[in-house]
Amino acid sequence: MRAMVDLGNEPRVLGEKASPVVRGGWLAAGVGLVAALALGALSGQGWRGFFFAYLHAWAFFASIALGALFFVMLQHLTNAGWSVVVRRLAEAMASTLPLLALLFVPIAVGLGELYHWSHADAVAADPLLQWKSGYLNTPFFLIRCALYLGVWVWLARFFVGRSLAQDTSGDVAHTLAMRRRAAPAMFLFAFTVTFAAFDLLMSLDPHWYSTMLGVYYFAGAAVGFFASLILFSYLVQRAGFLRRAITREHYHDLGKLLFAFTVFWAYISFSQFMLMWYANIPEETLFYLHRQEHGWGWAGLALVFGHFLLPFLALLSRGPKRRKGALAVAAGWLLIMHWLDLYWFVIPVQSEHATLNWASLALAVGLAGALMASMLHRVRATSLVPERDPRLMESLTFENA
Amino acid sequence: MSSHAEEKGRLWGLLAEYETVPAVLEAAARVRDAGYRYFDVHTPIPIHGLDEAMGIQVSRLPWLVAGCGAVGASTGLLLQWWTNAVDYPFIISAKPYFGLPAAIPVTFELTVLLAAIGAFVGMLVANGLPQFFHPLFRLERFRRASNDRFFISIEARDPKFDPRATRALLESSGGRPVLEVEG
Repeated sequence: MRAMVDLGNEPRVLGEKASPVVRGGWLAAGVGLVAALALGALSGQGWRGFFFAYLHAWAFFASIALGALFFVMLQHLTNAGWSVVVRRLAEAMASTLPLLALLFVPIAVGLGELYHWSHADAVAADPLLQWKSGYLNTPFFLIRCALYLGVWVWLARFFVGRSLAQDTSGDVAHTLAMRRRAAPAMFLFAFTVTFAAFDLLMSLDPHWYSTMLGVYYFAGAAVGFFASLILFSYLVQRAGFLRRAITREHYHDLGKLLFAFTVFWAYISFSQFMLMWYANIPEETLFYLHRQEHGWGWAGLALVFGHFLLPFLALLSRGPKRRKGALAVAAGWLLIMHWLDLYWFVIPVQSEHATLNWASLALAVGLAGALMASMLHRVRATSLVPERDPRLMESLTFENA
Repeated sequence: MSSHAEEKGRLWGLLAEYETVPAVLEAAARVRDAGYRYFDVHTPIPIHGLDEAMGIQVSRLPWLVAGCGAVGASTGLLLQWWTNAVDYPFIISAKPYFGLPAAIPVTFELTVLLAAIGAFVGMLVANGLPQFFHPLFRLERFRRASNDRFFISIEARDPKFDPRATRALLESSGGRPVLEVEG
């Protein structure tokens, strides 16, 4: 049994220490956005490259925030005790969803550049798009997107708000309310994420369809989130906070989840690939054929090895999951791979030949800066752990058997 | 259990009884520090930190599981390659004789199957199971190991074992009573 950690003298409110990071974040946001806009304005192809890069960056950061929302809901659903000391960090990440909803606006503006089916003349010339036009049309698309974003913001506000309210009141009723609503919330989450992936990503190529794409996006989101949470915990501890509250036992469990979802991602992406490879139906195989030609094949191979084989071997045994330095390296690597995974999905629609879309890099920096700044600005006055969660003690003394 | 006259005096080991988790944890650490290797702790509930108190090393079973998994993977791949591409080449739905994507599911299943069998059988063998009788079962008191008492048993085959010194160690660590177990 581990001795009880006394939180009394443990630094756990960021306060002024967050200010330089917040300022740096806004600076990165400004620089990244200006650079991406400049690249878009100077590009010979018009704004097409910019909007594809923007959709890619948005889908990447939204996936991390959605993974965070999933994690928070899952802890309440299963009444998990071990995770309480890292749950506030996940809540902070989930609370970027309102800003992400606002950042959706450029995608709505760029609809015509992104989605082939949004042009009336393209639909008129294409029988398949005519069949799909009852679902794939601009007004209905925007209504659906507003619905997804609304549901996510609502869920995030509920679970983050109740947790923060408990810090002051200490009322167990908050925990019970969150537990009761976690199950229906999970259904809402699953449906909205699945259909958001269909609408935002799959309809980029409206002839192609995969019923697995929703869960594919979710699997990547979970990998991206657990990698981010491990890095977040690591950096917060490096800055001198929660030094004794988050132990190697918590990293071990986060590492197990990162490993599990890396394998899950591989399972889902291979299942999607193999079924299409075997059935060999042209409109399905076109997706993979395109991503095996003109240099894109290298990105796909990089995913097979970098997103699965390498991290699988690195995280398989107990040791690396319990050493936070090693785990943080693996997490950083997988975060890059998750970025590449979405790049490999989105950018080939824009560019037949494999290229590095510089606006994608600029927007990765820009959105990361904006989201991190707003997140830290929001959490700097509150504690980094749910102070009066009834399971806090269990989490502080948690040990893997 | 009956004990024949000629078996009388063949000592299997000593058994000490404890009432609380902290007491048995501390006693286990003392037995470990005294250098004993053939000893065990019996408890009705899982105790966190017991592995460390007993000085139990990290299990080598994962290496066996990894080896079995590797054998499963290579068996799965070789079997499909040999049967489909070498022994009886046959074109099925315009696929290559040996197409890696099609071979993955069977390879995966065989990997999991052999790794799981390796883990299961390896665990049984490493624990000396199945075992239908144990000398500790001779003691009526030992039944409380599955109810409300904690026990430490030290085997006589331990090189450090000495009937008097070992008993003294167990008694000084709080074991009440310390009983002899016949082999």
